[in-house]
Amino acid sequence: MSFLELSGIHKHYGPVAALAGVDLSVASGSRTAIVGPSGCGKTTLLRLIAGFEAPDQGRIVLDGEVLADGDTAVPAHRRGIGLVAQDGALFPHLSIAANIGFGMGRHEEKRSERIAELAYVVGLDKGILKRRPHELSGGQQQRVALARAMAMKPRLMLLDEPFSALDTGLRASMRKAVAELLETAGITTILVTHDQAEALSFASQVAVMRDGNFSQVGTPRELYFKPKDRMVAEFLGDAIVLPARIADGFAISPLGRIAVDSSERRDVARIMLRPEQVLLKRTSREGMSGTPDMLFGEVTESEFAGSMCTIAVRLLNSPDPPDAAAIGNTPLILRKPGMDAPAIGEIVRLTVSGKAHVFA
Amino acid sequence: MQSAIDLAPSGLPDTTAVRARRWSVSWISLAAVFVSLFALLPLAFIIWVAMQTGWETVASLVFRPRVGELLVNTSLLVVLAVPISIVLSVMLAWLTERSDLPGARLWAWLSVAPLAIPAFVHSYAWITMVPRLHGLWAGVLVSVIAYFPFLYLPVAAALRRLDPALEDAAAALGLGPWRVFRRVVLPQLRLAICGGSLLVGLHLLAEYGLYVFIRFDTFTTAIVDQFQSTFNGPAANMLAGVLVTCCFVLLGLEVLVRGEERYARVGSGAARQQQRTSLGRATIPCLLLPAITTLLALGVPFATIGRWLMAGGADVWRLDEIGLALGQTLFLAIAGALLATVAAMPMAWISIRSPGRLQRVLEGCNYIVGALPGVVIALALVTIAVRIAMPLYQTLFTILVAYALMFLPRALISLRASIAQAPVELERAASSLGRSPLKALWSTTIRLSAPGAAAGMALVALGIMNELTATQMLAPNGTRTLAMAFWSYSGEIDYASAAPYALIMVAMSLPLTWLLYVQSKRMAGR
Repeated sequence: MSFLELSGIHKHYGPVAALAGVDLSVASGSRTAIVGPSGCGKTTLLRLIAGFEAPDQGRIVLDGEVLADGDTAVPAHRRGIGLVAQDGALFPHLSIAANIGFGMGRHEEKRSERIAELAYVVGLDKGILKRRPHELSGGQQQRVALARAMAMKPRLMLLDEPFSALDTGLRASMRKAVAELLETAGITTILVTHDQAEALSFASQVAVMRDGNFSQVGTPRELYFKPKDRMVAEFLGDAIVLPARIADGFAISPLGRIAVDSSERRDVARIMLRPEQVLLKRTSREGMSGTPDMLFGEVTESEFAGSMCTIAVRLLNSPDPPDAAAIGNTPLILRKPGMDAPAIGEIVRLTVSGKAHVFA
Repeated sequence: MQSAIDLAPSGLPDTTAVRARRWSVSWISLAAVFVSLFALLPLAFIIWVAMQTGWETVASLVFRPRVGELLVNTSLLVVLAVPISIVLSVMLAWLTERSDLPGARLWAWLSVAPLAIPAFVHSYAWITMVPRLHGLWAGVLVSVIAYFPFLYLPVAAALRRLDPALEDAAAALGLGPWRVFRRVVLPQLRLAICGGSLLVGLHLLAEYGLYVFIRFDTFTTAIVDQFQSTFNGPAANMLAGVLVTCCFVLLGLEVLVRGEERYARVGSGAARQQQRTSLGRATIPCLLLPAITTLLALGVPFATIGRWLMAGGADVWRLDEIGLALGQTLFLAIAGALLATVAAMPMAWISIRSPGRLQRVLEGCNYIVGALPGVVIALALVTIAVRIAMPLYQTLFTILVAYALMFLPRALISLRASIAQAPVELERAASSLGRSPLKALWSTTIRLSAPGAAAGMALVALGIMNELTATQMLAPNGTRTLAMAFWSYSGEIDYASAAPYALIMVAMSLPLTWLLYVQSKRMAGR
């Protein structure tokens, strides 16, 4: 069942099209991440959903209620949509308790009890309530912002890069905590971010945005392993894109014969592998002889970076590449565990695990 | 245009103390202490006079119906004019900064421009247009028109600086536009409103010429009257004592209301560009506010000056007389500005390069003297000169000292800001690149702070040019500044002859007002 439905959203700023016909449907209680490079229009989309701006064209429907149809729009304060902004946007002139209680009625029953309860839910210490926003750390400020938005029991929660101002370590733990919290509360959530790892780990549905439109929408796994095009593939992680000839569910490629996820027969196609699908096994030049159907390479570069090691492998016996000249001398860049990574000059045998993805 | 706690001292980042240059700092400290103690002279004078006069006489001079009457007049003036100015300034600032009002930039500049017209010229314009104008409400009207820009400037700057994310957050929490304004925007303007109100209030207490025209008695007009009739009697001094007390009450009130709240943006990163509210069908009615304000604050003075110039024809342009007055005014303005800037330099240097408790106390002294009405400073200097150093009475030295004391805060604020823009690291970099200390100082700090110092001097010069009260009381015999010439002609009801002087004062103030406007924009970081 679709809870939030965007259809054909257009938004222009002068001659610049910020959004060019965006469609999105979000299921009730789910978590959706909108990810894209800066300037792709994701913040504009969020502002349209929140109601700070009206679309030029298109409809926004939340739980059966039309929030915006063209430029007639319900104003933000009547939408009941929660928002957590990039750096919290806490009111500097109010205490933490007053910040959390900002959206409640001033004489609401059990106001202070509810504030204390919300603070507890987001993991804030009770002693903090009397303090001022500037006395809190970045992570605490974000928790307050979340509690403040949850206080009004929103139908939908919008998170606008809420973790980007935090340290790397804190970021991951906050992300997990917030995801669990919203899951428990059963609040439908939309997260906007430029960090693909954040999007993939947070959401059940990810939408990759580019130039005012969604390139692809799907589950994190779908997007990662079956991206629609090279841009999506490379935005979500490292990708090895190879020319190939496809027949009977297999691709003939510079990496040999690889199983693919398409049975269609095509003479010219491009396939994509995630580098972690390429497995290496140490061998020697002697081990290469007499095994024509196996694929070997030589390690030409190795960059140690702690837990991971980036290595470059030049193929030694690529069989039958369709355009060998183009691929022949380009080494494969792979990230392997830093412990026991092959050194420069070593010979490795390459195998591919899983299926390669064929670009449409 | 007398006292000058301009636009509330901006919170500048403290730079760490320069330990290596301790020997030179100590000389500078001495100079700063000297200037600050000298700045306290008028206050010390009031206390000294009160003690000398004896409690009996003080009580009989202070607790009498006349003082009560003046107190009521002055209080009513402040209580009425300040809130009206606040409402007007906040509405104008919102319209010019946060709405899509057509010609917003022009209206913004027109909202600052009334500052270029000396308050007594405003009053002159009104009284010759509506001769029956007098009393409290006339005082409130002209005061608001003459002084509201002191509130408009900081409020507009604060509005420009507000983080729009806060307003978005409040809207997302279910607050309508009006409640967002009341609960989020207005509280953030509190500092600006407090600072601006204090400035307006102090000007109202200090203003003389404005209220004489419309025959409204305040402490300042009464002190000048008393001074002119009895020269140096205890009565004038005691009135000055009450006036100073009023000033301190205002200062204290401001501190109380301002509180300890923090209004800065929490969090990192640059604030998003603000969006302007679309006025839609309200555009035309909204245009009326700045239009009427401009009409009253600029239209009336210019129309009046123009009318009298037309009526006077070529006869009123007595060029030799005007030239002399212009020359004398310029001389006093430039000499006074130089003296004030030089006097402010040690203090400004210390407050940026080696801040500490001593520096804060000293700086406080400097700001307090800026809050005192010119008439009090003049009275103090007159008495001291007459009783202790008679040869100094009515000399160039005394009047320049009075100017320096009155406008010290203006010079100090500009200098502070400009020295802060030349971080000590630059000087060290220059030294490490092989410049001698003096050359390093010259090629970095002095170069970088020169424009700010010049701006400060310009603002002091503007104040001196339009100063009337202290100049009249202290200037050497035969001095006739533009303001004095204007004042004596209009005192003889020769309004036509006064008009050229008014025009020249306004014309010379306009560029400086523009400077003030640009400076306030820069303070807001845009």
